[in-house]
Amino acid sequence: MDVMSQLRRQLLEHTAFLRKEGFLDDQFEQLQKLQDENSPDFVVEVVSIFFEDSEKLLNNMAKALEQKIVDFKQVDAHVHQFKGSSASIGAMRVKNVCIEFRNYCEAQNVEECFRCMQKLQYEYVLLKNQLEYLFRVEQQIRAAGG
Amino acid sequence: MVFEKGASSLKSVKAIETGKVAGTNNLATERKFSVLVVDDDAIIRKIHSKLLSKFPVEIQVAVNGKEAVDLYRSGAFFDLVLMDMEMPIMNGFEATKELRALGLKSLIVGVTARSSDSEKKAFMEAGLNDCHAKPLTSEMVKSLLQELNKNN
Repeated sequence: MDVMSQLRRQLLEHTAFLRKEGFLDDQFEQLQKLQDENSPDFVVEVVSIFFEDSEKLLNNMAKALEQKIVDFKQVDAHVHQFKGSSASIGAMRVKNVCIEFRNYCEAQNVEECFRCMQKLQYEYVLLKNQLEYLFRVEQQIRAAGG
Repeated sequence: MVFEKGASSLKSVKAIETGKVAGTNNLATERKFSVLVVDDDAIIRKIHSKLLSKFPVEIQVAVNGKEAVDLYRSGAFFDLVLMDMEMPIMNGFEATKELRALGLKSLIVGVTARSSDSEKKAFMEAGLNDCHAKPLTSEMVKSLLQELNKNN
């Protein structure tokens, strides 16, 4: 199998894996469908905004949870935003942790909120690595003339 | 252009006036629909703008309700407004109320992450024509633009 076919197969298999494991849902496919000759880097651009936003939000959540008196409304606002942006790019696992997190914000349970935040950080880093790998393969395909 | 005397030139002028000449039919009436995307989330603005760009529409963006209202006040016109609910400075509810008070009769569609029926209903009270969960799908955008076509 030539390099191009190998790369394309890698891309397909990895995307299928991410869907199967629940990292990504249909919304990610919608983003891929939007990509065209006018915006050949559309998905990477959207995901880059997501990465930037996510890191800010995770930081803000951590700061809010470290306060002596936790403002749960504030924490919830950050989680809500994170839930929205993860849903927008199809980041299903991240989104689901956000949903769980919001329940604990409502219950004003500091310990569980901390646990959720750590889970969120974990899922986010996992997803980021997966997507960066995906984009690297795409780049290789393009470099090889695809 | 020199109009020569004769039946043929008169015919062609008449034809243009009645709009029966191919290619000139819609010149006077055809204009692109103008859509305003109002959202503080850059991801949503990018996705919705891209969805809309697949159609022959003019796209404008506002990052919060106040920007949307200021745009309208400054003379901009929109056939369709996609209005997010939660935004800083002025949220979607307030902005919709304000736009309606200022006389905007166009389609305003709420786009919200808060998708419970009661929350949607509350948002609709501001004067929305409809309310959907975000992000919009391409089918939804298509049907909204088809509705615009019908109304116009």
